[in-house]
Amino acid sequence: MKLSDAVLGLLLLALSAAVPIASRGFHAVPGQNIGPGAFPQLVASLLAFCAVLLMLRAARSGQLRPWLLPGAWLRLAPQRRAFVVCVGGMLLYVGLSDRMGFIPCGVALLLALGLALRQPWQRVVPQALLAPLVIHTIFYKGLKVPLPWGLLSGVAW
Amino acid sequence: MISLASWTQAAALLFDPYVLAVIFVSALYGLAVGAIPGLTATMATALLVPVTFFMAPVPAVAAIVTASAMAIFAGDIPGALLRIPGTPASAAYTDEAYAMTCKGQAELALGAGLVFSVVGGLFGTAVMILFAPTLADVALRFSSFEYFWLVVLGLASAIFIGNASPLKAGISLLLGLLVACVGMENPAAQPRFTLGVADLMGGIDLIPVMVGMFAISELLRFVVNTDPPLKVVTQRIGNVFAGMGGLLSRYRWALLRGNLIGVVVGIAPGSGSDMAAWLSYAASKKFSREPEKFGTGHVEGIVEAGAANNSALAGAWIPALVFGIPGDSITAIAIGVLYLKNMNPGPTMFTDNPQNIAAIFLVFILANLLMLPLGWLAIKVAAKVLKVSRAALMPVILLFCITGSFASNNAVFGVTLMVAFGLVAFLMEENGLPVAPVILGLVLGPMLETNFVTSMIKSDGDPFVFFTRPIAMWLAAGTCLILLWPVLSWAVSKIVLRQTHANNHAPPPSNPP
Repeated sequence: MKLSDAVLGLLLLALSAAVPIASRGFHAVPGQNIGPGAFPQLVASLLAFCAVLLMLRAARSGQLRPWLLPGAWLRLAPQRRAFVVCVGGMLLYVGLSDRMGFIPCGVALLLALGLALRQPWQRVVPQALLAPLVIHTIFYKGLKVPLPWGLLSGVAW
Repeated sequence: MISLASWTQAAALLFDPYVLAVIFVSALYGLAVGAIPGLTATMATALLVPVTFFMAPVPAVAAIVTASAMAIFAGDIPGALLRIPGTPASAAYTDEAYAMTCKGQAELALGAGLVFSVVGGLFGTAVMILFAPTLADVALRFSSFEYFWLVVLGLASAIFIGNASPLKAGISLLLGLLVACVGMENPAAQPRFTLGVADLMGGIDLIPVMVGMFAISELLRFVVNTDPPLKVVTQRIGNVFAGMGGLLSRYRWALLRGNLIGVVVGIAPGSGSDMAAWLSYAASKKFSREPEKFGTGHVEGIVEAGAANNSALAGAWIPALVFGIPGDSITAIAIGVLYLKNMNPGPTMFTDNPQNIAAIFLVFILANLLMLPLGWLAIKVAAKVLKVSRAALMPVILLFCITGSFASNNAVFGVTLMVAFGLVAFLMEENGLPVAPVILGLVLGPMLETNFVTSMIKSDGDPFVFFTRPIAMWLAAGTCLILLWPVLSWAVSKIVLRQTHANNHAPPPSNPP
């Protein structure tokens, strides 16, 4: 998914304009001539300069359009599906892992992604059942990381 | 200079069964990740960071050093057998190595890659042992003004030494510096750009960002990949050490040049093993007595560039240890680990904890020596390792990434950061914006701001002091030269063009009557 350099420059310009706006509330340190907003604003002004250069370069080379060039993968259903499953799976993990627990979420994620990547189910199912258990044991038991138990809290080991 | 007592203490720290086991397991892990195409040495290092949380400082650093050195070498294996570099550091001579395999010389290509990687790694380590402590003595005299310029010099080099367009690399770097501004970790301890999220008060956690930008983005690129699956060359590989003595004496000068290029490129901030390999391969071809053989399966380039990429790895640790400025993206990650382990890099580490510095030097020696037998083993089982399906591995890697990002703060917010930065890195790379400068900006941002603000307070707001101190002045001149280089080269080329144009259109000299 490629944006034209002109659009990219415009987005970066908007970001650099947002920095001084967000820095307005920063309090100056008494007795110091340089406040907490100085450095981010300096970086933002350099970013704005680069954004303008990017837009000028695009204008000079005549590469203003297309504004958005969708990648080849966006036209292919299997790749699109795998991307959605991968990103959606991570987001669902963020939202549900506390309630569902690491192991159930891990099993669901591995099953969904394995099948989306067109792997044979004979490989996907055992891997999805075993890998979360092994990773859980390494991190929870070995490294004492408090991975959430969620639905399995009754049988936590 | 590091005292004998510190070396003895370091040896005691290192030759502990637990530390040796960590080194051994990290070596196997680095070899496996490096040998699988598409999984880079940087990704290997980023994925290892969450595990190093739970280790003492010395084994944690040992794990990072060993895994990265092994991964850089192992990248040669799929390069020679599949024509696909395992890591970008092997890309420079992949075609050459594959051409040798096609000629039935796979063992010579892989053997040269292994033996000269070890030689390069040991050379880089020797330079580090000799020069890092001396440089640290000089660095002790530096104040905030010199550090400010050193950081700017590092960041400027990161923009211009790379494959991406300098403008886009600069944009990536500035984005990294802006991300580094989030949170309260600034000289005024003012919460900045936290958007009211309490988890952002402490700043953006480096580990989920690195896992997201290097591992998740790679995973996303894999799932949308439209290339056909890889075909594995199954070929019996004979004795990889045969003929190495002959190569060593025949190409001794090329080897020395490769080692030197590697160390120098490694020391230059922002450029790592891949750049070292490309430069030394080009130098090898330029100075070779048989340049016409390059590209047809000639081992000379592999000898030189194979040594260069591993000596660059050690070279990159010199500015990392002495100034806290990473030489490449792997050392940027390593610096994060050093801070986490309270081994704050900088010249004072050489005076306060010389045993830790000596331990890092010893780890480099040990890891490079271990590369010889384990690398041989990796080559022997290469055909089997390369058959492992990446599609089968990727879901498990994703779960490791999630667990590692969660473990950085024991909070699911780490996973949120990982997803966000993974997506950002994926989109950035699709648009030609390199990812490594973001990490450099993120690591160096707080250091840059602190030194900038401290210097401005010291100088009572007078920016000219940045240019008047003797060392600072030279560093400033170097930085300005690097930053203005594109403008200078453009101006020179314009003048030359105009002169050529004028000469071509000048009226012919009239014949004397």
